[in-house]
Amino acid sequence: MMMNMVQAINAALRMEMERDPSVVILGEDVGVDGGVFRLTEGLLDRFGADRVIDTPLAEAGISGVAIGMAMNGLRPIAEMQFMGFSYLALNQMINHAARMRNRTRGRITIPLVLRMPYGAGIKALEHHSESTEALYAQIPGLKVVVPSTPLEAKGLLTASIRDPDPVVFLEPTRSYRMLKEEVPDGEYLLPLGKARVVQEGDDITVLGWGAMMPLIQKAVDKVKASVEVIDLRTLSPMDIETVLDSVKRTGRAVVVHEAPRTCGLGAEIAARIYEGAILNMEAPVERVTAPDITIPLPKGEDHYYINERMIIEGMERTMNF
Amino acid sequence: MLTDEFDPLKGEMLCVMDEEGIVDRSLMPKLSNEMLIKAYRTMVLTRLADDKAVKLQRQGKLGAYPPSRGQEASQIGPAMALKEGDWLLWAFREMGGLLWKGIPLSTLYLFWMGNELGSVYPEGSNVTPSVVPVASQIPHAVGIAYASKLRKEKIVTLAYFGDGATSEGEFHEGLNFAGVFKTPNVFVCQNNQFAISTRRERQSASPTLAQKAVSYGFPGILVDGNDIFAMFAAAKEAVDRARKGKGPTLIESYTYRMGDHTTSDDWRKYRTKEEVETWQRKDPLSRFAKYLKAEGVLSDEGEIEKEMSKVIEEAVAAAEAVPAPTRKDVFEHTYAEMPPYLKWQMGPGGERQ
Ligand SMILES: Cc1ncc(C[n+]2csc(CCOP(=O)(O)OP(=O)(O)O)c2C)c(N)n1
Repeated sequence: MMMNMVQAINAALRMEMERDPSVVILGEDVGVDGGVFRLTEGLLDRFGADRVIDTPLAEAGISGVAIGMAMNGLRPIAEMQFMGFSYLALNQMINHAARMRNRTRGRITIPLVLRMPYGAGIKALEHHSESTEALYAQIPGLKVVVPSTPLEAKGLLTASIRDPDPVVFLEPTRSYRMLKEEVPDGEYLLPLGKARVVQEGDDITVLGWGAMMPLIQKAVDKVKASVEVIDLRTLSPMDIETVLDSVKRTGRAVVVHEAPRTCGLGAEIAARIYEGAILNMEAPVERVTAPDITIPLPKGEDHYYINERMIIEGMERTMNF
Repeated sequence: MLTDEFDPLKGEMLCVMDEEGIVDRSLMPKLSNEMLIKAYRTMVLTRLADDKAVKLQRQGKLGAYPPSRGQEASQIGPAMALKEGDWLLWAFREMGGLLWKGIPLSTLYLFWMGNELGSVYPEGSNVTPSVVPVASQIPHAVGIAYASKLRKEKIVTLAYFGDGATSEGEFHEGLNFAGVFKTPNVFVCQNNQFAISTRRERQSASPTLAQKAVSYGFPGILVDGNDIFAMFAAAKEAVDRARKGKGPTLIESYTYRMGDHTTSDDWRKYRTKEEVETWQRKDPLSRFAKYLKAEGVLSDEGEIEKEMSKVIEEAVAAAEAVPAPTRKDVFEHTYAEMPPYLKWQMGPGGERQ
């Protein structure tokens, strides 16, 4: 069926809840309202209030309770209404979800998905445009997954729900309703920790994730070079093999992310490329990122957000090095 | 003491004026005619400016906007109890309180248009900018009050927040600090029955939110939030208590959010028209107008509305005339001094770093 990302995520949630009675959803406005973006629409009617839980307004509580549920046989999917409010859950996620497996040498595990909309480019109120994925990706024990299309969202969310470890699932708000594509009605599963080569090429590798992918594609379509495009999909654990295989052939790499530059994942990716393929590189790894500033309110957002021209310029700098 | 007479643990609620604008003289606070008219004008301005904001959003001139229709008395009543120099902290749905405090309407519109200059208030206004992460302003209010207390200033700090906010850890931590340090705080919880779609009952099993104060060791009071006199009376007592060094008070304003959560929301998904209509009858503005007319304080509402509409048109024009932020504007306030790498990121030119 043709679906946008909202519908695809809804379909994945529904399917996993049908399949596994231990899957529950909890969060603010996820039930009666069907979620502020309608991600959980219809699920309360189908599965009832015991499995689709409208919670008090409390992110520390939601994440902590979800961890407890996971410790006692449930598979909770907890929603943070926006990434900017998920920091209240960091204590639970970093100090408990991420560590429980190691702390108990595998006796207690936390099969939890913490879902949230993230990213800018939607001209929203303050704290609704966050892209702090690096914050989560630095925590050993957490997985960080970002879909870029409806099909990807269905496959990756299904895998995240079935994963034995805590997954932070970041949904690019800007992509929620941007595009429709064919998504299979039945089960559709993608592996976590595996990047996707979107397009093959020989001259340069451009990589990104989430809402950057359509922008990258537009930019790539406008340059003459033969470009390999990679959608990282899982930011942690990162599939560096696919990246290295590619840059060893192309010798040039551009990383695009909408998070600020300093300590953004571009730095991590560049370091791994240098560690694994320095002798193959024809140019420094180029980072096309947001500047190191607070995301401006809507009237100033264009000074912040990545655009096609920035990606094209990044590619040109790399090609002309 | 009203807080002794109206015990939230017994479910008692302070109400001074009924739906017909008839007041209980024994509870009626003292207010000059001048103050009454100023309050009424601010309430009309808030109502009309709020409606205008919703319209501007529909025209694409404003971003998502949280309407305060129905909560005007709940916001303006407490602000009326403050003196010059007192602090006021808000979340995002408190236009009435800000207008009373003298924040220009054009500044508020500018904020909702998505310009940081909309958070720049007149020097010395002692109003903090909008806080979106729910409840996170509550500890700030305690810190501000603590600082005043430390300097032995007779300054009171009032913070607004919603019923949803009482579920966050920062509500508990803030009020607990306030109780422990006996800070000069007034906490105004606007219980408008909803946090987006989530009903008040889902936030807490406590029969009232006001009674939560008991566990922090200070008084709480449940107040009819659509009754400007009740809100003022409760706040006045709380402000006086704080100013005398007797510590904080929690006021639960029992009110109703007549509009959507924000312009991105649709209340029809989670409540009935009948429910909304019940609250329409308790409208704080018409109740206040009925009283003022019966007392002969107000004669021509239409005149005030006309005047306020003009104020609003001017505010919109002023806000629209402000240019969008430049690249420099969005960079230069990151630190007191811009690091060299940030200068390069800002451009134009400079050594890559
Ligand atoms: C920490 C946090 N979580 C979630 C949100 C999203 N959100 C914005 S307003 C709101 C409801 C707030 O309810 P309440 O405190 O009762 O205030 P009201 O909106 O009714 O004025 C929510 C959940 C947020 N802003 N901050």
